[in-house]
Amino acid sequence: MQIYLPIAELSVNVFLLLGLGGVIGFLSGMFGVGGGFLMTPALIFIGVPAPVAVGTEANQIVASSVSGVLAHWRRGNVDFKMGFVLMIGGFLGSGLGVALFALLREIGQIDLVIRLCYVVFLGIIGSLMLVEGVRALMRRRNPTAERRKLHQHTWIHGLPLKTRFRKSRLYISALLPIGVGFVVGVLAAIMGVGGGFIMVPAMIYLLGMPTAVVVGTSLFQIIFVTANVTVLQATANQTVDVVLALLLLTGAVIGAQVGVRVGTRLHGEQLRVLLAVMVLMVCAKLVYDLTIPPSDFYVIGTIK
Amino acid sequence: MTRPVPFFVLVAALLFTEAARASCIFDISDHRIPITTGFAGSEVLLFGTVDEPSDVVVTLRGPLSSVVMFRKARVAGIWVNAASMTFEEAPSFFSIVASRPLEEIAAETELRLHQLGVSYVVDLPRSVGSPDVRDDWKRAMLRNMAGTGLYPSTIGSVTFLGDTLFRARMRLPSNVPTGQYLASAYCLVGGKVQSAQTIPLFVEKTGVEAWIFDFAHDYPLVYGLIAVVLALMAGWSAHLAFGRS
Repeated sequence: MQIYLPIAELSVNVFLLLGLGGVIGFLSGMFGVGGGFLMTPALIFIGVPAPVAVGTEANQIVASSVSGVLAHWRRGNVDFKMGFVLMIGGFLGSGLGVALFALLREIGQIDLVIRLCYVVFLGIIGSLMLVEGVRALMRRRNPTAERRKLHQHTWIHGLPLKTRFRKSRLYISALLPIGVGFVVGVLAAIMGVGGGFIMVPAMIYLLGMPTAVVVGTSLFQIIFVTANVTVLQATANQTVDVVLALLLLTGAVIGAQVGVRVGTRLHGEQLRVLLAVMVLMVCAKLVYDLTIPPSDFYVIGTIK
Repeated sequence: MTRPVPFFVLVAALLFTEAARASCIFDISDHRIPITTGFAGSEVLLFGTVDEPSDVVVTLRGPLSSVVMFRKARVAGIWVNAASMTFEEAPSFFSIVASRPLEEIAAETELRLHQLGVSYVVDLPRSVGSPDVRDDWKRAMLRNMAGTGLYPSTIGSVTFLGDTLFRARMRLPSNVPTGQYLASAYCLVGGKVQSAQTIPLFVEKTGVEAWIFDFAHDYPLVYGLIAVVLALMAGWSAHLAFGRS
């Protein structure tokens, strides 16, 4: 059954979209990631124009983050103060990101920048997760191996605007989370992701937040940043397709429920290694596509 | 320098040659092609007559657009869009069908004169680069547009029922741009265009699709806010449906 997407201006099979949402929802439920970094490239792959894929995916992430954050909220795993501070940075960053997006689109380099961002971040995150996961698996077999130091004092702790975050049991400069939020906000706007896969490691390793509140707090601020991106993209570029977003999230919601149930039966370390391998595979594919000689040296930029 | 031919001489010439010319008349089955929820492409059907045996060529052109092309080059090991070229006033859709292969119907000069073929329609200004460079860009543009289905090469046909009744059928892909299209029929005898007729038709979004599209462009801020509210409600109901188990 075909459906015509009013903003993307093409007709796509409904079940393809529901299935895509389902599969990526399943993965995101199983691994506890947002899935935007898989969904956006998948949408571009099936022919949705890159700007529409990015704008629409931001809209869909709002929905999936809300359902996620409510579950964490009930367990008291959201640091609202930290969330709001991150959000300040996120608003500034996503505003800059949407403007940058429009500029890059104008000069015809948006596809390249999106791809390079994916290569860099998927490569870094994938390698880190793989190393961490393999090390954890080894440790389980060899429990006497030394453990990482929990807290180190560096120049980061000398920054001004020190603020107390009770829930996270932290006393750090507010500039730090604002900076993290800013960087993730820029990337969220350009890459069409929530940015959880950068935000979560940054919160753990850079801010030193306790793992328990990391996911809930990250989801909480992602809602606001992606909502901001949705409104900005809709206003500046008219690239948010609500029909596409609703179809994707219907599939994703169901897929995520199945994924969570499967995920709880697997070991955390194995999951992490599996996700790392998947992330690195997507990264390798992108690098391969960028480096092989194209089948046609000429491409259509825009038809206006 | 030659003096321009006075207008009345032209009119008189046309009037006097009228009787000798073969003419064609046609109409299309639908003057509106609606894009609805289930739109998966469409077909334009033309019916017409010629008053003496002749060849018929039918073209269908979409609204004019500007097409930006990029040429890739290798920079630091990766392929990036290096050079760009803009084709102003290129048709956003162009389809041509004929009763026989075009090269059998008429010589290239005649086809070029009446723009019977997308390569005669799309062009770059002479000020751009050398002829070779222009030709490279143009061929690349036509090849890529054919790849998107917007410049289909062979889909469709003109068939005769008897000597004078003809029927033409042209396919519109699901990614057709919206706007005013022009369907033109040319009848040719002995390799020369004898007469032509053009009829406009409209490809437009209707129903919910049109409403959403118009709303997104007329009230972008409200649209964005509604999109966010819809997402919030969807996420919340997902939590209610599944989250408590």
